[in-house]
Amino acid sequence: MSSVLNSIDIQYVLGSLIKIALFWVFIMITVAYMVYAERRVLAVMQNRLGPNRVGWQGLLQPFADLIKFIFKEDIIPLSVNKVLYIVAPVVVLVPAMMVLIVYPFGPRSAPLPGGEMLSNMLNNLGNSLGYDWALDLRHVNLFVTNFNVGLLYIFALTSLGVYGIVIAGWASNSKYSLLGGLRSSAQMISYELALSLSVVAILIPAGTLDLVKIVEGQGGTWFGFIPKWNVLALFPAGIIAFIVYLISAIAETNRVPFDLPEAETELVAGFHTEYSALKFALFFMAEYVNMTTVSVLAAAVFLGGWQGPLVGSYPWLGFVWFIAKVFFFLFLYIWLRGTLPRFRYDQLMNFGWKILLPAALVNIVLAAVLGVIFL
Amino acid sequence: MEIIHLLFLAFAALAVVAAFNVILQRNPIYSAIGLIVVLCSLAALFLTLNAQFIAAIQIIVYAGAIMVLFVFVIMLLNVREEEARTDRQKYLKLLAVPLFVALLAEVVVVIRYVNATPPAIPNPNTVSDPATSLGTVESLARGMFTDYVLPFEATSVLILMAIVGAMYLARRESPAEVERIEQALAADSAAETGADGSPHA
Repeated sequence: MSSVLNSIDIQYVLGSLIKIALFWVFIMITVAYMVYAERRVLAVMQNRLGPNRVGWQGLLQPFADLIKFIFKEDIIPLSVNKVLYIVAPVVVLVPAMMVLIVYPFGPRSAPLPGGEMLSNMLNNLGNSLGYDWALDLRHVNLFVTNFNVGLLYIFALTSLGVYGIVIAGWASNSKYSLLGGLRSSAQMISYELALSLSVVAILIPAGTLDLVKIVEGQGGTWFGFIPKWNVLALFPAGIIAFIVYLISAIAETNRVPFDLPEAETELVAGFHTEYSALKFALFFMAEYVNMTTVSVLAAAVFLGGWQGPLVGSYPWLGFVWFIAKVFFFLFLYIWLRGTLPRFRYDQLMNFGWKILLPAALVNIVLAAVLGVIFL
Repeated sequence: MEIIHLLFLAFAALAVVAAFNVILQRNPIYSAIGLIVVLCSLAALFLTLNAQFIAAIQIIVYAGAIMVLFVFVIMLLNVREEEARTDRQKYLKLLAVPLFVALLAEVVVVIRYVNATPPAIPNPNTVSDPATSLGTVESLARGMFTDYVLPFEATSVLILMAIVGAMYLARRESPAEVERIEQALAADSAAETGADGSPHA
């Protein structure tokens, strides 16, 4: 057993766990306040006030909602398939949360304030317990891990989320749920193709599937003022890929104007019609986590991630740039919701298969040709 | 013994348990879910063997695409229990025993006679050229487009033929054909209603 313990890199494992916990809390708070922001911004767009009672300007509203969800009665309808009904929300949320280990929040080895003191303290503690940890916390990577297929890892896990929705629709034993689940999964499968293919065109200038390296490759400028972001690379292939990505990302996360699975006028609430209390909250959370994931990908792959002015001298500024770009995309979701009506189902499928998918395929060829000429 | 070996054993055990689940469940939806678990644990096994790209592709292609189609069909047809007509193929049960023995023998031979120590795996994080380290996209692509280009192209032609075949079988008939089939179906259902004395559900 001791050999098993010796094979563990304490610094790597503990550091990763702490970072996962911190980023998890960060994402959860983002999700909570994304819901709040959505309600407030939509209210402004529709000339209303929105929730402004709990705390200053309603800022404590997310916590009030959470407490409400926890204390509500958890109703399990009689005719459901109990095991699958309970498992489904978990199957949706867990893969959605698992992707955060490859989010590139910021640059490598940013200096940790007070890191030297902290590592000395922990090493002394280790020595007094008889271990030689040799921790070095003077610099930290502002991401949990990077590995050579980070982008595919995200696509793989997000493609698993669809099972939760299908299972929820089926296990609920209700026609609205089943129709909603089928619609949702059909939509996710259709748009996943365009989503992945649009990113393939960007892999040609990027040259790697590692998200951290994709971001690192976007440093610097062209002609001194145009940032070297992939969205502008191999013009116009990058910008076409970005547009295709953005549209399919919105469809992939089942949001307005592609929120057919939850079209309340036709399907009540879609696949989660029969869910209540905390189980419903899990679906809700998963939807917002998925929105964060596609926004993170959009920021990291197309808009240079944490790259921005002054990052070279202040690495922690990269975190701020990255978050600003992600929040821009999250705001875009709300903006669209306040602006656009819903598509019809046949329009949605035609658009995905006959326009977006061919556009993404042609764009890969275009990017490859331009790549051979210019790279 | 390293932590990675423990992970390998854990996921191997999970794969076997889930595989039994696939064949022992009577409800097809549980079998399908068991198969998804098998595919995901295989992906985890690939990860412990330093084949990250294969692991990701395993999940994207099999768990993310093919199995979704399976689950879809099972739910749309709403197949509840195993259907009785599978009993017609009883001779397959007799065939299963020799086939299982053959498979077991094959595994034993591979374990016994094939050189068991794999080559040392260079760590992708320390090797400067990713094409030389195992499991990366670069090394896989190099193999696929140089040493194994003929099998690779042959497979793609095979898949193309399958797609064209499926398109041919599923293609829309001419308007006259469609009308003929619809008329035949209408006559069929009318005859059934008459014979049963009740409308066909």
